[in-house]
Amino acid sequence: MPIVASTDAVLPPLPLWRALDHETWLRRLLILLLCLWMLVVMVLPIFELLSMSFQDASGRFVGLANFILYFSTPALSNSLTNSLFVAAATTATSVGLGFGFAYALTRTCLPAKGIFKGLAMMPLFAPTLLNGIALVYLFGRKGLITKGFFGAIPGIDIHLYGTVGIIIAEVLYTFPQAMLILSIALSLTDARLYEAAASLGAGRMRIFFTVTLPNIKYGLLSAVFVCFILSFTDFGAPKVVGGNTHILATDIYKQVIGQQNFVMGAVVSVVLLIPTAAAFLVDRIVQRRQTATIAARSVPLVPVPSRLRDGIFFGYCSLIAVAIVGFYLVALYASLVKVWPYDLTLGGWHYHFTGTGGGGYRAFFNSLRMSAWSAVCGTALTFASAYLIEKSTGMRLLRQAAYLLSMLPLALPGLVIGLAYIFFFNAPGWSVGGVSVPNPFNWVYGTMVILVMSNIVHFYTVGFLTATTALKQLDREFESVSAAMGVPFYRTFARVTVPICLPAILEIGMYYFVNAMATVSAVIFLYSADIPLASVAVANMDDAGDIAPACAMSMLIVAANLAVRIFYSLVTRGLRQRSQAWTAAA
Amino acid sequence: MPSMQNDAAYLRLLDITKRFGAFTALDKLSFGADRGEFISILGPSGCGKTTLLRLIAGLETQSEGRVEIQGRDVSKLPVSARNVGIVFQSYALFPNLNARDNIAYGLVGRGLDKNRIRQRVDELLDLVGLRGMGRQFPAQLSGGQQQRVALARAMALSPDLLLLDEPLSALDAKVRVMLRGEIRQLQQRLGVTTIMVTHDQEEALTMADRILVINQGRLVQNGTPREIYDRPATPFVAAFIGAMNFIENAVKVENGCYRIGSHHLSISGENGSRNLASGAVATLAIRPEDVMIRVDELEMPNILASRVEQMEYRGANFRLRLNIGPNQRPLEAEVPAEKVRRLNISPSMPLAIQLPHDRLRVYASAKHRCNDGSLCENTL
Ligand SMILES: Nc1ncnc2c1ncn2[C@@H]1O[C@H](COP(=O)(O)OP(=O)(O)O)[C@@H](O)[C@H]1O
Ligand SMILES: [Mg+2]
Repeated sequence: MPIVASTDAVLPPLPLWRALDHETWLRRLLILLLCLWMLVVMVLPIFELLSMSFQDASGRFVGLANFILYFSTPALSNSLTNSLFVAAATTATSVGLGFGFAYALTRTCLPAKGIFKGLAMMPLFAPTLLNGIALVYLFGRKGLITKGFFGAIPGIDIHLYGTVGIIIAEVLYTFPQAMLILSIALSLTDARLYEAAASLGAGRMRIFFTVTLPNIKYGLLSAVFVCFILSFTDFGAPKVVGGNTHILATDIYKQVIGQQNFVMGAVVSVVLLIPTAAAFLVDRIVQRRQTATIAARSVPLVPVPSRLRDGIFFGYCSLIAVAIVGFYLVALYASLVKVWPYDLTLGGWHYHFTGTGGGGYRAFFNSLRMSAWSAVCGTALTFASAYLIEKSTGMRLLRQAAYLLSMLPLALPGLVIGLAYIFFFNAPGWSVGGVSVPNPFNWVYGTMVILVMSNIVHFYTVGFLTATTALKQLDREFESVSAAMGVPFYRTFARVTVPICLPAILEIGMYYFVNAMATVSAVIFLYSADIPLASVAVANMDDAGDIAPACAMSMLIVAANLAVRIFYSLVTRGLRQRSQAWTAAA
Repeated sequence: MPSMQNDAAYLRLLDITKRFGAFTALDKLSFGADRGEFISILGPSGCGKTTLLRLIAGLETQSEGRVEIQGRDVSKLPVSARNVGIVFQSYALFPNLNARDNIAYGLVGRGLDKNRIRQRVDELLDLVGLRGMGRQFPAQLSGGQQQRVALARAMALSPDLLLLDEPLSALDAKVRVMLRGEIRQLQQRLGVTTIMVTHDQEEALTMADRILVINQGRLVQNGTPREIYDRPATPFVAAFIGAMNFIENAVKVENGCYRIGSHHLSISGENGSRNLASGAVATLAIRPEDVMIRVDELEMPNILASRVEQMEYRGANFRLRLNIGPNQRPLEAEVPAEKVRRLNISPSMPLAIQLPHDRLRVYASAKHRCNDGSLCENTL
């Protein structure tokens, strides 16, 4: 047996420290740290916010008194009705429009699908403030359409400010989300079902109601809940076009920033949180019921050309694409025009940000820095924790708890996170059972750290789910194999897990960056005068009536996001080429 | 069980019990393996085979009992300290590493210099017949080649034990048969003690020195392939490995003699049923290929009259279904095609058959013996 003999001589025994099971302990420690982290950045701040809503301004427990006051003050509680109405109308419109678009992308022979999809995704790269600003330039008092293209044709006034404006802006914001979710749902289907239905003599309508709809039921529900939550909690667009219509998100801001009434801010936050959390819970429960309805070897559905249908959908999609692009082009144009609508000379005046508040380019570069940090730290943290939760054994309860906590941010509106962070991180300390404990995290308040942290938490869940999905596709036994060879798990993580999941990791990074650039809701409570941010500058300039510079700043944000997106595409393409050899079907 | 008497066993499991919550996956299971032995763990899907293998590897911890390797109690040691090589059902090859890097995976980081590692990987590639394929990624290799890479990777660290979990189940029938022989040869050449899990009886019979049959977490029989096939300990084993006819309601007349209807059958290889009382009801069992067709010599013992009910052509053989009386389930007989042609056997034809006394097995009536009635009655 020469081979055994030669290796016995070759192989030194494993060092004791590696033979001992310290790795299991390391993993456990990491999981424990992960849970602690989530406790500090999520559970405790939210708890602080909740308890604040049951206290008076001096910190005494007052039970439901704040809520009773809230609901007995129509000026306040009307906002709840407004918010619910806006969210419901937005959801119905977005899901309807999104379904048509997704159907065209997946079930028809629409030409240039990639371009249509890309254009429809545009709003994902813009702050929602920009949706509002674009609307102002289109339908505002001096808007392009209100004034009939600068007087060229008769104008139409849609009475933008208020519910109408908010709903249009939110539809623009949520449409891509609905479209993406529904596209995925519609593309996961088995052509054989359709063949079977057709062979049984079912007509088109019948097939639609008996095969298509039941098949995408979960996707449809998911789209409904996502659109509802997003439009119910969005702050940016209502801030710009809300006018005198109050909704919950703008109320929180007004209570906290305008009136310094933190208690009422907390109360409104809770009122905002409850429907959001309920929608989130229902969605979770429904999705859990979803079992694999698609057989592993399902046959993908390849649409057959049909001139009439394809023509109709081409018209439909063109209309939507033109509308979306039109919105942003008008905003771009407006940002370059000297004095809208009187002097239409083009130039870069508004991109100088002189004589306006908000911080100008300093704010923009801060935002870039913040987004880059959020992308790097957020991705590392998200992927590592998804790995620990998905690929560990033991500590089952703790891992399940961590998984649930990882889902939670989806139910947390940015404003709620921001306000909770003020309460928690700005608190000088707490008295626990009579002992006063100084706040060990107080130092992050007013720094870049808290901004990055709030972004990581705010956008955690989507990245976490992306990572988990990617990890689930890896063989369950990679960990066992390397353990059997005495290779520590972190080496396999670095050498196998991360390289294979690199596309997902980049996607998570891009997601963090783009959203951190565009978000205003969490950070508007947390930025400090030393660290102005671009999106906050947009809000503040708009507040001050400097709408053109606000528009220009939004354009910079969109440009940065598009640049990152293009960079991402290039890198992913490179990766795909490199990994072609090992992803080729066997 | 024979191996239990062997105190010098290389690998020993003592009263291993594994519970997942309230569910008992393995129930007081004990066995041993000698150095260099090839043991196959055979059982239906879900019976606990993989769990047993993972327990030996140290990937699971037993709820009760002990695992010893070379007399050393390794019950508490993690997989990295047990020096075992594992080939998983899915192979679990790292897709982003080529064959060489996969094989070298456990060798790197042990203070070996690069040349040594390269030399070792070359040895291993030769060993599994993949010389020159080292630069290929797993996705570029065929299923059989991937399997060999997994085997080479498992052998890279010269493990004390090689553990294979259904190593061939993902392969085409042809490749499977070829690799069976190759794995067995390799194992014998290296002399590595090997435990292979399978649900494929043919695989177990052809490859293993010894087979452990497991059902519902319990060890049902532990023996050489011949013992298992010729003297299955329970109706379950008899029915699970190969095909078996069961003849119910046989009444014991005296030791070595049973009555079915009006026929008397003598039996020489009476197993545990010797302690059945006269008059007790038992089940007789015989393999289809042991059912003999007799045209003359009708005065021999153990002859039954039958009628051909159905004939199924299987190429080299015919499978005959023979009616042996109104209260008996038909017997299946495996008869060479040549013989069927020579005797001109056709449906409805009366046929005298002989059940050789040394090929008949006796089980205390299935209803008493076997908890799982469905499996016992499932003759073929
Ligand atoms: N980690 C686990 N948790 C709970 N039940 C398990 C686990 N692993 C295996 N089982 C159960 O133990 C039984 C035996 O499983 P396994 O050993 O995989 O069977 P097989 O013989 O098919 O390899 C099955 O019923 C399985 O459901
Ligand atoms: Mg198994």
